[in-house]
Amino acid sequence: MLTIENTTKWFQLFSDKIIENKDYLSELDTPIGDGDHGNNMARGAKAIQELLKNQQFDTLSDLFKNVAMAFIKSVGGASGPLYGTAFIEMSKASKETSNPTELVATGLDGIKRRGASDVGAKTMIDVWTPVLEELKAGQLTIEKINADVEATKALVATKGRASYLGERSIGHIDPGSMSSGYLFETLLETGALE
Amino acid sequence: MTYGIVIVSHVPEIAAGVKRLLDQVAADVSITVAGGTDDNEVGTSFNKIQAAFDNNEADELLAFYDLGSAKMNLNMVIEFSDKTVHLYDTALVESAYTAASLIAADVKLADIEKQLDELKIK
Repeated sequence: MLTIENTTKWFQLFSDKIIENKDYLSELDTPIGDGDHGNNMARGAKAIQELLKNQQFDTLSDLFKNVAMAFIKSVGGASGPLYGTAFIEMSKASKETSNPTELVATGLDGIKRRGASDVGAKTMIDVWTPVLEELKAGQLTIEKINADVEATKALVATKGRASYLGERSIGHIDPGSMSSGYLFETLLETGALE
Repeated sequence: MTYGIVIVSHVPEIAAGVKRLLDQVAADVSITVAGGTDDNEVGTSFNKIQAAFDNNEADELLAFYDLGSAKMNLNMVIEFSDKTVHLYDTALVESAYTAASLIAADVKLADIEKQLDELKIK
């Protein structure tokens, strides 16, 4: 179950991980995108760090909502509205449940709606979807997350900036899938799933 | 004037340039723009789009954008805004110019949209 404590820790670990891997995320985004995924995500991560340092939250919903707004207002690329919408949907749903699987499911629905996309388009959805299945089965591991991220290499991009490249996008890891991999890796690290 | 226009581009100069073009045919139409990120880098900004909505003199807006993430940020701001906003998946320059000319000539929204339909590319 997610609590204010472990979710705060989750977002701390996630933002640290993003900042640590900022250059790698931009590197992934260079051949198939506009090369700014690392910078964009790092801006969001810094905004989250500031928020967590300066503010206390009374409810899980409040925490998700503030993280969402910090992200939306700072990112400046597609990842802002996509992650932001996921966190806003999780904020709404966390008024009723603190089950991480159910919250990830509502987040995924939000991403699909905002991006008008679905599985197979070589986007973050291609990591969120298998991760959700692994969560449902109680079998999420770091190895599975890495395999899910790696599997985006084989896909042809039909959404996002990489879609302009068509088949030339094959062979590259999708950057948004990589940062989503960090999100779920750090969720595991919080111990909230145990 | 009943309708206002909002231009969202990944680049500040593109947004400003489109407004400059539109001002020529629609000096009395309220046209506000959001170009680039908060640091004026290439990208789109929730805050700038929100400001473009708020600063527009009209309560009903026609919004035009260049690439995908601009649309996502526009949709986010629309969900937070009290104004009525129509968002078009049309060629940015041509459609914004068409809309500005028609708004300036007091053409009804339904008729404006009929013309915009032909410029749909996304």
